[in-house]
Amino acid sequence: MTTVELLWQTLAVLLTLCVFSFLIKDNPFYKFAERLVAGVAAGFWTMLVYHNLFRDKVLLTMQNGQWAYIIPILLGIGMWTRFSKKYSWISRFSIAFYIGISTGISVTVYMYTAIFKQISATIIPLNSITNILIIVGVLCALFYFFFSKAHTGAFGVVSRIGIYTLMIGFGAGFGLTVMGRIALLAQRVIFIRGYVLALIGAG
Amino acid sequence: MTFWEKLMNLDRRWIYLCIFIVVIIPAIISFKVPVSTTPEVKKVFNFIDEMQPGDHFYLGIDYDPSALAELDPMTYAILNQAFSKDLKVIIGCLSQFGVGMAELRLSEVAAIYGKESGIDYCFLGYRPYPAIVILTMGVDFRVTFPLDYYGVPLDSLEVMNGIRNLMDVKGVVDITAGNVADMWITYGNGRFGFPLAIGVTGVMSADYYQYLQSGQIFGLIPGIKGAAEYEILSGFETTGLQSIPYQTLAHAVILLFIIISNVGYFAARRKKGR
Amino acid sequence: MRKQIPIYFVLVSGIVMIIQYFVPSEESEWLFTYANDWVIVIGIYALPLGIYSLVKAEFKKLKNPGEAFYAGVLLFGYFIMVFTGLTRASREAASLHMVLFNNILIPIQATIFSLLAFYIASAAYRAFRARTILATILLLTAFIIMIRLIPLGPLSELNQWLVTKILTIPNMAAKRAITMGVGLGVIATCIKIILGIERTYLGHD
Repeated sequence: MTTVELLWQTLAVLLTLCVFSFLIKDNPFYKFAERLVAGVAAGFWTMLVYHNLFRDKVLLTMQNGQWAYIIPILLGIGMWTRFSKKYSWISRFSIAFYIGISTGISVTVYMYTAIFKQISATIIPLNSITNILIIVGVLCALFYFFFSKAHTGAFGVVSRIGIYTLMIGFGAGFGLTVMGRIALLAQRVIFIRGYVLALIGAG
Repeated sequence: MTFWEKLMNLDRRWIYLCIFIVVIIPAIISFKVPVSTTPEVKKVFNFIDEMQPGDHFYLGIDYDPSALAELDPMTYAILNQAFSKDLKVIIGCLSQFGVGMAELRLSEVAAIYGKESGIDYCFLGYRPYPAIVILTMGVDFRVTFPLDYYGVPLDSLEVMNGIRNLMDVKGVVDITAGNVADMWITYGNGRFGFPLAIGVTGVMSADYYQYLQSGQIFGLIPGIKGAAEYEILSGFETTGLQSIPYQTLAHAVILLFIIISNVGYFAARRKKGR
Repeated sequence: MRKQIPIYFVLVSGIVMIIQYFVPSEESEWLFTYANDWVIVIGIYALPLGIYSLVKAEFKKLKNPGEAFYAGVLLFGYFIMVFTGLTRASREAASLHMVLFNNILIPIQATIFSLLAFYIASAAYRAFRARTILATILLLTAFIIMIRLIPLGPLSELNQWLVTKILTIPNMAAKRAITMGVGLGVIATCIKIILGIERTYLGHD
């Protein structure tokens, strides 16, 4: 690692420690890091929007003579009227364009992905315990979500199995969440360890 | 206050201290923990491994720095594997800060193998509204991305010759932390039917086994353990495998916390019952 | 008219996009592609709104002595990134813009989220009690999932098998039921929006 890289890494480690200081209590170092990252993120985002989106997409369409794109450009500018009490109604046309297109597309793809494919994957041969358990689990969990009838009697037994299935699912989710959260901390410790080793090596 | 009540009302900073000590141990004393590989991760590895030099696939780097701990190891391992096999990679970002991270990771790994933008890989950059972008990429990359991230027209890139849309690549591997995975499944595979595999954080991974069973995804890399498995399979070790010892100790301590708090809870309840 | 025209547009465009799915022709594909691309262009114009709000609010805070320093820090970070990112070359990994991204944004954002590890440990100690049968089932399942990363010798293989069965059978069944419920909800909401029953996207007068 070069000296310049080591100096930048030192800054990164110091900012990391500023954030970790929050565990003791809220303090000016944490607030400083929090505000700095908000500013840096907003600045990065601004230049990304300028270079990759406005320059490489919007302006390019005009440069290439795709004059029809003036319509979405005007609709896009119409979005900015949202801040004006007098002219905010103009932004409704822009939003309506986005909502109309996306809801129309969503109806068919959700029908296919979330309903048809899931149902067809549940209609499986009853030739193994695994398959039987999958079908029973899905059906019972679906029964649990039917709240128009009281969960009593035979229906109550089925929905009880359903909630047990759901609890197993949530338990699995929790176990994996713990793994995920620890990974975030482990990576930070590995990063700081790498820096300390580089520092010792440099020393 | 009884002993159990005191124990159950422990200041949370003692718990933070325990976790802190536990994660410092593997940083000082190195040890390895065996990790077994699972079929869902093997399928993703085999998909890339079975491709021939010159084959194209799409890699989605759709995560922010908040998820880099679990997803960066997957990105590194897949990029290393792809470039070592001389595969052609098309990379896109559907997450706003992912584009900066993708550029940093891509340039680092590409430099190791001497890979060049435009010849060996194409980095498309970022566009908003992931669902809509996936739909347009399924028809024509050039409509939404007329230029790549560096401002070069896609038509002039050698790597994009004969590649019009997502149907022209062998498949899609998406590494993501948010609901972009759902969008790839719903709008991507749902609309166009191309082979899709996803790498997700541990928090999300439990939700995607249903898509594995239904065939909507052919592979799944679940969280840091999945990343570690991929590193074992591909032979490119980064922070994935290095994180596992930290996981082992931290999990053990958290399980101990759960046991102690439940024992304390039942002991206190029994005492109250008397 | 200011409300009616957008509602009619949503009705027409929604129905057209549903029909488009079933019409495999070049014209249909052209409509699909450019309708979506136009949505992306409109969306690009929506992005600066958030940045404008943030920067405007922070400039206001500069006048308040109690908040001026931190507002100044935010604006300093913002303008440093803007000025270093003005040229196209700033998009590349070696530029100062990307070095700042790598050494400020990445470590801080990653560390903020890493604090969750401490919080989940605290939550595990204080809140995860087996008070009811349902809570016990949840806790036991989580236990089995979590011990797979702890080497248990001969028990590890059994645990791994158990984890696989849990994830691919009851967990999968539960999540599938939730997905189907959510899917039906999304479809119902989309149809309500297309038919003009749901109009919250129009905002208020």
